[in-house]
Parts: sequence; C-alpha cells; structure tokens
Amino acid sequence: MTQAVLSRREFFRLTAAGFLGFFGVWAVLAASGLVQTLFLPSPLEVAGKFFELTQKPFVGYTLQQHLLSSFGRFAMGFGLAVVIGIPLGLLMGWFRWLDRIVTPLFDALRFVAPIAWVPFAALWFGTGIGGPVLIIFSGAFPPCVINAYRGARYVEVRYIEAAQTLGAGHWRIITEVLLPGSIPSIVAGLRVSAGLGWQSLIGAELIVASSGIGYLMVKGQSNLSTSTVMSGMIAIGIVGFAIDLLLRALEARIERRGG
Amino acid sequence: MSNIVFERVSRQFQRDGLQFPALEDVSFEVRDREFVAIVGPSGCGKTTCLRMAAGLEFPSNGNVRVAGQTVTRPGPDRSVVFQQFALFPWKTVYQNIEFGLRGKGMAQAQRRERVTRHIELMGLQGYDSAYPHQLSGGMQQRVAIARSYVLDPGVLLMDEPFGALDAQTRTVMQEELIRLSRVNPRTVLFITHAVDEAVYLADRVVVLTRRPGRIREIVDVAAVRRTENWDRHERIEEVMEQPSFVHLRTGIWRLLREQQQPARL
Ligand SMILES: Nc1ncnc2c1ncn2[C@@H]1O[C@H](COP(=O)(O)OP(=O)(O)OP(=O)(O)O)[C@@H](O)[C@H]1O
Ligand SMILES: [Mg+2]
Repeated sequence: MTQAVLSRREFFRLTAAGFLGFFGVWAVLAASGLVQTLFLPSPLEVAGKFFELTQKPFVGYTLQQHLLSSFGRFAMGFGLAVVIGIPLGLLMGWFRWLDRIVTPLFDALRFVAPIAWVPFAALWFGTGIGGPVLIIFSGAFPPCVINAYRGARYVEVRYIEAAQTLGAGHWRIITEVLLPGSIPSIVAGLRVSAGLGWQSLIGAELIVASSGIGYLMVKGQSNLSTSTVMSGMIAIGIVGFAIDLLLRALEARIERRGG
Repeated sequence: MSNIVFERVSRQFQRDGLQFPALEDVSFEVRDREFVAIVGPSGCGKTTCLRMAAGLEFPSNGNVRVAGQTVTRPGPDRSVVFQQFALFPWKTVYQNIEFGLRGKGMAQAQRRERVTRHIELMGLQGYDSAYPHQLSGGMQQRVAIARSYVLDPGVLLMDEPFGALDAQTRTVMQEELIRLSRVNPRTVLFITHAVDEAVYLADRVVVLTRRPGRIREIVDVAAVRRTENWDRHERIEEVMEQPSFVHLRTGIWRLLREQQQPARL
C-alpha cells in the first residue's frame, strides 16, 4: 500500500466521516433500546446536557469554569515538568556522572503510574491545588526528561567538538549546542508529556479536588447522570485534542525552520 | 611561542575487538610561526594527527605538545577548521563566526567590528543572517574558515579547508592565506590532498606513508622559496610555473605514488 499524502480536503472529509460513523453507531445503539438509557444516553441527550452545563452551574460551577480550573492545574503541573524536566534531561545528556546517578532511579520511578501518587497527594496537600499538580507533574515529567536526554545524546559530536575548540565551557555547550540540537526531540516529548499530563489530571480530580472536569464527572456519577459524565468526557477530549493540535503546530513550525 | 611537537606518536583504533594501527611512530615539529602541510594517501591518519593537536583525540603512545604543554583538551588557542565544516546549523553566519569571540569577554561593538571584517574578508557580505543550509558548500567552508580566523589564534589547525571550493575560489583563498600569513605569521598545521597547494602554502611538507601512517619524508619548501624568491610573484599560477616549484611538486608526487596500492582489477 502506498502512503500517499492526503490533501487537506480529503483529510477533513475522512475525519468527518470517522466522527459521523461514530455518532451514527452510538445513536442507533441508543435508539434501538438494546441498552438502557441510563447506561447509554443518546447523542442528542448528551448534547443537550452539554449545553445545559455550559449555562447552569453544576456542583458550584459551569462547565467552562470547571474546565478553566482543570486547565490551570494542568498548566502548573505541565509547566513545572517542562521547567525541571528539560534542563535535567540536558544535564544528564552532558554529565555522565549525573546520568549514572539519576537514570536507574528514574527508570524505576517512571513505572509508577501517576495515579499511584494519589494517596501522597491527598496526604500532603489535602484538596488544595498541590495534589493534582503533583499528579500531573508525575505524568508529564518523564517524557520531558527522556526526550531532552535523548536529544542531547544524539547531537552530532562534531558540533560539540567545534564548540569546544572555540572555547565553549559546559554552560555554553548545554545552552547553545545541546539545547538547540535537541529541539525536535524535545518538542516531540512535549506532545507526549502534555497528553499524559492531561490524562493524569482527570484521574487526579476524580479523587483529590473540589472543582474541575474530573470532579464534575464524579458528581455526575453519584447523581446517576451518565449524560453529565459523558459531557465531561467530551470536554476532556476536545481540550486534549486542542492542546495536541497546538503542540503539533509548534512541531511543524520548528521542522520547517530547521529546513 | 606556540609550536607543535609530535614526539614518537602512535595511535591505534579498536574495531571489531581488534587493534588497528592508524599512526606509527610519528615525530615532527611545527615551529613557532611555521606553516607545515601534511600530505598522504586517504586514511593514512592525517585527520588523526590534527585532532591530537586539537585535543580531540589522544596518542596511544608518545606525546603531543603545544607551546611546551602536553595537549589535554581543546581550547581557543588552537583553532580548528574541520574537514566537514561543523557549522552550527541553528545559528546564522554571523552567530557562527561570533561564537568563539563571545567567550573572550570582548565588548559587543568590538566583536561586531571583527565579525563584519571577517565576513567581508571571506566575501560573504549580505549573508550575515543566512543559515548554513542556505549556503553552498564553498560558502559554508568560508564561514568555517572565518569562524577560526576571527579568533586570531596562535595555532591554526586546518583539515582540507579548501577541499569543497571551486578552483577559482580556492585560488583566491590560497592567495589570501599566504597574504595573511605574511602580515601576521602564525603556527599552522594544514592538511591537504593537493600537492600543489601544499608546496605553494607550506614552509615544510610532511609526507606520510599509506596506512598505518609513518613519516616518509619531510620536504623543506621554505629554503627553496627564499632562494628562488617565489614571493615576488603575486599570483599562484606564476609561482607554479617556476622550475623550482615544479621540481619540488614532482618530487612529492613521486613519494605519494610509491604509496599507492597496486591496482587490483
Ligand atoms: N574514531 C575512530 N575509530 C576507529 N577508527 C578510526 C577512528 N578515527 C579514524 N579511524 C581510522 O584511522 C585511520 C586514519 O583516519 P584519518 O581520518 O586520520 O585519515 P585521513 O588521513 O584524514 O584520511 P582522509 O584523507 O580520507 O581524510 C582510518 O583508517 C580510519 O578508519
Ligand atoms: Mg581526513
């Protein structure tokens, strides 16, 4: 099979077809009566609920306000992961001794799912903002570190050697050679990192929060309102997709500039 | 005083768990402000020699000293023009040339003046803000040369710096290098495949044998250049017509011809 490049129009047509098919199957299934409405509300019902949630506060806030509070936590956790993870990864890529110290520890901790931090998050921060931020951080951090590290390790030796013969020390090599040389890898890492961070955010809010999309979903569940839960899921999907689109645009721009 | 001394230098490389000798028992000196060219068959260890002087590679045996100090690491006192340029692809022409100067604690205005002068010297006007991938191979090479020259280093290490240039540009660069080294002589270790170039530029030419590289002969060009007064000629082609030039060049050609592998069909 040839992997021909799709034109923009074809791309949108296929995307639309995918969504239509999905909603079609869902609508038919819901209308058929095979599944109880409580278990699977119809698309129309969910759309109505979604709209209602944007207008009328539910458990204290409208859907937009819940989203905003989720997004704020996400921005903090993700930002923290970027600000700590990328420098750490670059440093590990340059200093062998740091690599030796951190990597084994990191490799072990990486397999602890973000959600496993929930007990500590609750213990240390209660329902304050620290809890969710910690959990998002633990999800978003590893891809930042790993991709900055890999990027730094794969920077061609001749650039490092050139910098050294021109008198650059550790600091300039890291900031002016390793960092720009690993940008493609780092940006690819940001996409993964944002995705994982956004996913763990919802998990975090299910447990340690009193606002946000995850919180809205828990409350929807305890009210037996599956359409509220689904509205939350849709909101998560839309925002996650938007974040990814943004980072993908950034990636494309950097690739183009790299020529 | 910045001379380069190779003292009984050998270097082996490890490949597939086996030791391959690349250089064997190489001794020579590039005296202070002397221009020495190394010629030899491909793979004989020329680049390896230069990298050892630069502090990017180290001898397995023997000793390489620059200005009396055993070389332990790279530094801006020994500027390198790499065989494969190694320009920073994420920096503009201007930023590439400026890179080394920024480590020297020089005022911005002074840096700008020097970078601009070298951009002009290399005929790169108007390309200040171009990125390396937007330049031709020859232009990239000139940026790489400017990046080294601009530091005004005591020792200049050049690995086939004119290899990617067309014949005319190469001639201009060679004449420019001769001119610069008359105005401001410095210690140069220069690697080339072109015997003409070596004889035209160098005070002495080190001829290496084929792999593993050993010294076949060291040819003194400076003495002939002085007695025959080559410097009275402005142009390279005039020098190359001199019988004394042709004689030296042919002599080195013969030494290199001996090194050729017998042709296998
Ligand atoms: N890092 C390395 N690892 C293994 N072998 C190496 C390494 N560097 C060089 N060699 C080997 O050492 C020998 C000399 O290499 P070098 O690059 O010095 O040759 P050269 O004379 O510069 O050749 P050319 O004229 O083609 O540039 C070659 O056989 C090469 O394969
Ligand atoms: Mg070479």
